Amino acid sequence: MFQIRVHGRGGQGVVTAAEMLSVAAFEEGRHAQAFPSFGSERTGAPVVAFCRISDKEIRLREPIMEPDAIIIQDPTLLHQIDVFAGLKPDGYVLLNSHHSLEALGLAELVQGRRAERFCTLPASELGLKHVGRPIPNVPLLAGFAALSGIIRLESVILAINERFTGKIAAGNIAAATEAYERVQQQMKEQAHAKAD
Amino acid sequence: MLKQTEGSKAVAEAIALCRPEVICAYPISPQTHIVEALGESVKSGELTPCEFINVESEFAAMSVAIGASAAGARAYTATASQGLLFMAEAVYNASGLGLPIVMTVANRAIGAPINIWNDHSDSLSQRESGWMQLFAETNQEAVDLHIQAFRLAEELSMPIMVCMDGFILTHAFERVDIPSQAQVDAYLPPFEPRQVLDPAEPVSIGAMVGPEAFMEVRYLAHAKQMQAIERIPQLASEFREIFGRDSGGLIRTYCTEDADTIIIAMGSVLGTIKDTVDEMRAEGHKIGVLGIISYRPFPLEQVKAALINCRRFVVLEKSLAVGMGGIVATDVRMAVTGTGLKGFTAIAGLGGRPITKASLHKLFREAEAETLPPVTFLDLDWDAVNKQLAREKQTRRSGPVAENILHDKGIVSAKFG
Repeated sequence: MFQIRVHGRGGQGVVTAAEMLSVAAFEEGRHAQAFPSFGSERTGAPVVAFCRISDKEIRLREPIMEPDAIIIQDPTLLHQIDVFAGLKPDGYVLLNSHHSLEALGLAELVQGRRAERFCTLPASELGLKHVGRPIPNVPLLAGFAALSGIIRLESVILAINERFTGKIAAGNIAAATEAYERVQQQMKEQAHAKAD
Repeated sequence: MLKQTEGSKAVAEAIALCRPEVICAYPISPQTHIVEALGESVKSGELTPCEFINVESEFAAMSVAIGASAAGARAYTATASQGLLFMAEAVYNASGLGLPIVMTVANRAIGAPINIWNDHSDSLSQRESGWMQLFAETNQEAVDLHIQAFRLAEELSMPIMVCMDGFILTHAFERVDIPSQAQVDAYLPPFEPRQVLDPAEPVSIGAMVGPEAFMEVRYLAHAKQMQAIERIPQLASEFREIFGRDSGGLIRTYCTEDADTIIIAMGSVLGTIKDTVDEMRAEGHKIGVLGIISYRPFPLEQVKAALINCRRFVVLEKSLAVGMGGIVATDVRMAVTGTGLKGFTAIAGLGGRPITKASLHKLFREAEAETLPPVTFLDLDWDAVNKQLAREKQTRRSGPVAENILHDKGIVSAKFG
């Protein structure tokens, strides 16, 4: 079972992200379970949502305390809560920022871990560019697909089409596609840097 | 059709397939998404003929359901927590009058302290109301139980609550097979009321009944629930024939055949318990699970039969009888009277506290060793409790308990996990 925790703030589509991720996994014939952190959501307040993906029926109902992957929709949360709590040693991290992890002072976090599984993506900018709103959730899902290979971009696009229609769907697909390519590009550059 | 959807939306679709004629509800978390979705499908004309009645309170919601049902309409409502308490008088009236209303309870704790998260205190507070209560383990089962509930309720002319864990199920996206209209129509015939307010054949419903007849009316309500003990497994097996899956029934056992220790629970926590039991089985522990689906009527004989060959059992329940201990545990102990079985009660998950595999592993091992006290409070923060007790000993004006505990724990506002 692969477990993902999504952190963000009320209004950023954190719960939607986890739900869409579960839909994408379902489209690939897998079992998936998404659920929110059940708080009284308010705009701006820290929000957590969870998604489990498995090839078998998922019966477990506890919150995800040891995630395989963490998606952080708002970098300002890093100063407020321990978003990395419980992350597995070989886990993935995708952070919404136009800065690198080093520039954010997070180089230490990567130490002793698999650096190629850490990535930043300017997801709010991509949302603004393609959808007209700085909502980072869909670009991050596509970026996560590229980073982890756990789901395919095509499945994220299916999930987008299930949730949105018309211009908003088209914009989100464009944002997702660019996000996917950007993360792939970053991974290639990282791999080359390592090879050098 | 198999789809990945939210529990609330799946239940709303199932209700719509049951062709309700009147839906009346007042929104309360975590029930809201169910009635919102139903409101939308009535407004869009997708669900027709059906009247969605906006009411000013839960008391009104149940009162409208009573009126609708008495007029011969298939009536549905949904609520949770304080909403269920607010409608309590009408809840008793619905069953007392023998009106087959189906109501979803999106299980949530009862305040004070106010808490929107899941436990079973709300439904269980109405356990003697005369309503049947069925508990869903998954969203698939929530869907299926609603379809079975209309059939059973109308057959017996008694109301049913379908209980599903608030947030944990209502807000969870998982795969659900939504039946076809043809399947539901084949299973659920049109509502033929036993009593109906019809101007062509006038009757009165709701007579005042004195000591000369009250006990008989009450006994008949009990007799109907005893009939339900027979009918629930039959309806589950008919359901399997049409829909092709096992859902409902009175109880469900898992790995109990050779189990020395059996864990008993209701609702979605059964999934986490089964995962824990699988891990313990892999290590050689002889442990199994008994899920109770029908809490009212309570299947005393079936529970006894499921437990008779074990050595000990633990009732893990999301409810607390303050001043006594377990609520479900009391019924289970009644079922095993005279067997000499050793029983433990574990109060867990109150107000949405997560029930984790790690905590269950520890609890179940202590149960096996029989080192548990008769009543345990899973993951209770004893430091916080003792600090408050000491404060009360020290100072007369020790202040409000909830605020003190929050302050001691350094919590500014409520959060999950």
